[in-house]
Amino acid sequence: MTIDAAFGSGSLRILIADDNQSDRMILHAILTRQGHEVVMATDGMEAVEAFHRENPQMVLLDAMMPRMDGLEAARQIKAAAGEQLVPIIFLTSLSDPESLASCLEVGGDDFLSKPYNRVILRAKINAFRRMRELHQSLQKERDLSHRRNEQMLHEQEMARRVFDNIAHRGCLGAENIRYEASPMSIFNGDVLFASPKPSGGMHLFVSDFTGHGLPAAIGAVPLAEIFYGMTAKGFAISDILRETNRKLQAILPPGVFCCAAMVDLNLKSGHAEVWNGGLPNGYLLRHDGSTDELRSRHLPLGILPADRFSAACERHSMEVGEHLLLCSDGVMESVNGEGEMFGEERILEVIAGGGAPSDVFERLREAVRSFSEGVGSEDDITILDVAMADESLLEAVEPEVLPDTGAGPLDWEMSYELRNETLARFNPVPLLLHICMDVPGLRLFSGELYTIITELFNNALEHGVLRLPSSLKDSPAGFSRYYSERERLLGEITQGAVSIRLEHRSDAQRRGGRLLITVEDSGDGFSEEALSQSLAHNGLSGRGLALVRQFCNNVRLCGKGNCIEAEFVWHTGRSESRSGVFEGGRQP
Amino acid sequence: MSDQQHLDHEALTELRDVMGDEFNILINTFLEDADERLRQITEAARAEDAASFRKVAHSFKGSSINIGAPILADCCFAAEQAGKEENLSHSAEQIAAIEGELATVSEQLRRYMQD
Repeated sequence: MTIDAAFGSGSLRILIADDNQSDRMILHAILTRQGHEVVMATDGMEAVEAFHRENPQMVLLDAMMPRMDGLEAARQIKAAAGEQLVPIIFLTSLSDPESLASCLEVGGDDFLSKPYNRVILRAKINAFRRMRELHQSLQKERDLSHRRNEQMLHEQEMARRVFDNIAHRGCLGAENIRYEASPMSIFNGDVLFASPKPSGGMHLFVSDFTGHGLPAAIGAVPLAEIFYGMTAKGFAISDILRETNRKLQAILPPGVFCCAAMVDLNLKSGHAEVWNGGLPNGYLLRHDGSTDELRSRHLPLGILPADRFSAACERHSMEVGEHLLLCSDGVMESVNGEGEMFGEERILEVIAGGGAPSDVFERLREAVRSFSEGVGSEDDITILDVAMADESLLEAVEPEVLPDTGAGPLDWEMSYELRNETLARFNPVPLLLHICMDVPGLRLFSGELYTIITELFNNALEHGVLRLPSSLKDSPAGFSRYYSERERLLGEITQGAVSIRLEHRSDAQRRGGRLLITVEDSGDGFSEEALSQSLAHNGLSGRGLALVRQFCNNVRLCGKGNCIEAEFVWHTGRSESRSGVFEGGRQP
Repeated sequence: MSDQQHLDHEALTELRDVMGDEFNILINTFLEDADERLRQITEAARAEDAASFRKVAHSFKGSSINIGAPILADCCFAAEQAGKEENLSHSAEQIAAIEGELATVSEQLRRYMQD
């Protein structure tokens, strides 16, 4: 090696293979004087060996050489180079097109004819160096984008897990629910939630954010928090919808919104309250084979400001075994090989296809799947099917209890008073329930506490403040009159007060405690006799306080009869996660 | 035939420039190789090995072009073509032509080196 063979910026390591010594010498001289490092071989076999040994960046090959000719050497060198671009220039005095073509076929990139010319050789080498550099930067880009893609998939996986941690509290596993949703559906903007309510029954939520990927997924996290958090705290469907809309309107960028449907399934009364904003029609599948459409009556969530948002729901009665079906627009928009969409008509065909309401879900899923077979749009499809079921069904649903930190308040008391028009406008139960849920362990009794506080508050409001006679509720006709009276009086309310006092004392030995709930109203009160009548009442009116009596150890009137005090004693079982025990009073 | 035709002086000037001090070594190497090629091609003709005949002629042609000996290259090319066509009937004449031309080129190159 001679002079400027140093690895300057333009310097390459170049392999020369030629069986003519004088030709090698000339090339060697030209290349070394141009600053390149030269490796020499005298035939094809040596060339391949030298390639492996020296890892040159460019190869100049004579086509005809003894032992192994240039063509075979080129083939082997290209194979060994793999993804690397190692330009091969054939040194040739071959002139017939066939020979030249065969040089190109084995991977040759160019020719250099004899006599060798410095200027042409330099130009060719420079051209190939630029090609090499381009190739390398492309490969780098490709590797980088491959790594980024891997990273993105990894991050999506992580994000999905975070999301699942928020959303897994649901009761999607309940016996009356079936659903179809891709594990990564959140990144298509599809969301599916179900959660048992403290008061019994369940809330269900299906939604579809506009767009795809992260922007579509980002709204799902607060959505899950609000849905599960508020449902667990006993908020009504309308409160949850309003809060969801408010939150999404505040956080989503313009043009991103959330088509959604929410259902409050009341197992006790056999009703479904349905709100649909922008989702395709849902369907109620009746025993007699008929179908009720659950149309979108609202704009999607995240569009309207709070004062123009309506959380008005449609109320549908449902018999046990009747089904409610909701799907994201991915179902209708599923495309087959011909580019046709599945469309609403095909959904209706499936529904009209006969069979029991319970079969529709499976048939719809199958129909969509076979329709879009091989097209690969399955990820976009979310279907929820929920059946009206007996109340006892939810007992089988393991309630998701957040691990107690043990740091919550044990001994405390508070009082909270609602006055005047606020009584008509604000439901204090979720807030009070939320405070109680902070007591470690008490969350197990959220359903009971919800009932107790609701009944005591309603009793104080309706009989104490509004002075509605409970006797009204003795007949079904009176029952509805009672509620219309209630609405009327609430609308006119200008003064009155209900105060609620909560006092909790812990019982460390039994890992439980006592919660004393005192609800006092501004009314005239009623006698002990009236209370015992109310408690003993088997009619519709007495049910509320009778439930309180059933859950509480001690329920008594105090003051002038405008105050009821109820004591809820509870302790958690030793090992069982679910079976906390409350010391209920007499069974009715 | 003039000297001009036996040697490409322009090519030789270029070579001298490229090779610098090694120019004479290059010429000597070429001449030694050329003798070896001549021996090989004669051997191939005697063995009636058209493929070897062609390869040696081809290789000889290449180095002749590079060294700036166009007529010698033409002689080699004629032999190469014959080898390719597997027709060695005129190999004796072809070898004689190469040998004669090589003698001329060789003599002129030695003179050129001394200039």
